[in-house]
Amino acid sequence: MVPVPFVVRRVRRETHDTATLDLAPANGDGFTFRPGQFNMLYAFGIGEVPISISGDAQRPLPVAHTVRAVGAVSTAIRTVRPGAMVGVRGPFGTAWPVEAAERMDVVIVAGGIGLAPLRPVLYHLLAFRERYGRVALLYGARTPQDLLFRRELEQWRGRFDLHVGVTVDAPVSGWIGDVGVVTTLIPHAPFDPQDALALVCGPEVMMRFTVAELRKRGVPAERIVLSLERNMKCAIGLCGHCQFGPHFVCRQGPVFRYPEVEPLLTVKEV
Amino acid sequence: MKEIEELLAEQPFFKGMDPRWIAFFAGCAGNVRFDAGEYIFREGGEANRFLLIRHGRVALETHVPQRGPVTIYTIGKNDVVGWSWLFPPYRWTFDARALELVRAIGFDAACVRKKCEEDPALGYVLLMRLVPVISSRLQATRLQLLDVYGTARGPRAGASA
Ligand SMILES: Cc1cc2nc3c(=O)[nH]c(=O)nc-3n(C[C@H](O)[C@H](O)[C@H](O)COP(=O)(O)OP(=O)(O)OC[C@H]3O[C@@H](n4cnc5c(N)ncnc54)[C@H](O)[C@@H]3O)c2cc1C
Ligand code: FES
Repeated sequence: MVPVPFVVRRVRRETHDTATLDLAPANGDGFTFRPGQFNMLYAFGIGEVPISISGDAQRPLPVAHTVRAVGAVSTAIRTVRPGAMVGVRGPFGTAWPVEAAERMDVVIVAGGIGLAPLRPVLYHLLAFRERYGRVALLYGARTPQDLLFRRELEQWRGRFDLHVGVTVDAPVSGWIGDVGVVTTLIPHAPFDPQDALALVCGPEVMMRFTVAELRKRGVPAERIVLSLERNMKCAIGLCGHCQFGPHFVCRQGPVFRYPEVEPLLTVKEV
Repeated sequence: MKEIEELLAEQPFFKGMDPRWIAFFAGCAGNVRFDAGEYIFREGGEANRFLLIRHGRVALETHVPQRGPVTIYTIGKNDVVGWSWLFPPYRWTFDARALELVRAIGFDAACVRKKCEEDPALGYVLLMRLVPVISSRLQATRLQLLDVYGTARGPRAGASA
């Protein structure tokens, strides 16, 4: 599968190291995806990386990706300019079980850039709000300057049908929001643990602690869903680069029910 | 207005506790309120009470030279504020400041300590409730120290986030 050229339509700066890119197929084709899926983005001449789709699946074009610069390829993609071309393969991977969550409470727990693959879930829940019980978004970041989608967070906070908890590890002066890790928001968040689906994405260590806190609150293990974002190369189950125990994250993941990956969650990158 | 015993029984901290013990604690408790910005206690001050928050948020702060007060942690509804009152030297190790109007149940530390000394079973009941709070706060602090969201300025620990 070769990358298809997409044009960069818009670049929005989210934080000092993260930007959201809007991409559209250069040949005018359409594009569809499900919340939780990712694309392989190719910076021509540099390399290819898996990046989740962070936009609205109901309005998939242009395709939004929120990229944090951590190495050569992600930095090249993060710094593209409108009008430039990026190669795209995808969409790949499993989706968040938004249909299975209908009639239940939904609690979304995101850490850092982990909010990007969960934003499509929020768009979905808000588009079909009447199908769900209570919805809570619990989001943790390093500092207030590292919060993604700030304007949207503020809008979501203003809604009566959505609980939004935001906390940072290290505040700056003037921050009057919560301070502490995202797990501290779980005990008091408004959801019924017996009848809720929890969707979690963030650094693996944060996901481990989050699972423990959700279990403590009484959420059954099979109602906890995680996105595991191990490194990838081919994204089509050929190279073995993303192998995680018996799973190829690119094919069977990145979205897994917790019991499927529980024994592996403490395993270091392979 | 609700009796203090009723208010205590509704608090998760006292959930399922024998009413006999709740009555003991109620004997040392009263309603308190703090305006936004008001200090509930100051670092180094005498730890002569503890609080259970009923409404509002509290910042635990420490003073860092050249940076001024830095918030380490925020707590809210149903959380316990403070345990330095439990053991000598009975001094607060942080500042606690109300971030908004705070309504809480305040416990007189000397009164609670006296009752616990007189009846160690009560002391045990209290510790069994307080230790999980301390333990989960320690866990959270560890995670906070790990800087798991690691940006370009820090290590990148874990998945894509
Ligand atoms: C399914 C999936 C979805 C993803 N979604 C997003 C997204 O929406 N936004 C985003 O910014 N990133 C996302 N990532 C992570 C992104 O793919 C990596 O940051 C990127 O591959 C790094 O490549 P690089 O060449 O820039 O850096 P490299 O030079 O390859 O790596 C730089 C540093 O980052 C570490 N690193 C690289 N990839 C990962 C990873 N997956 N997990 C943990 N540490 C890593 C490396 O160990 C190294 O320390 C996702 C990853 C996967 C598997
Ligand atoms: S990335 Fe090649 S097998 Fe999954």
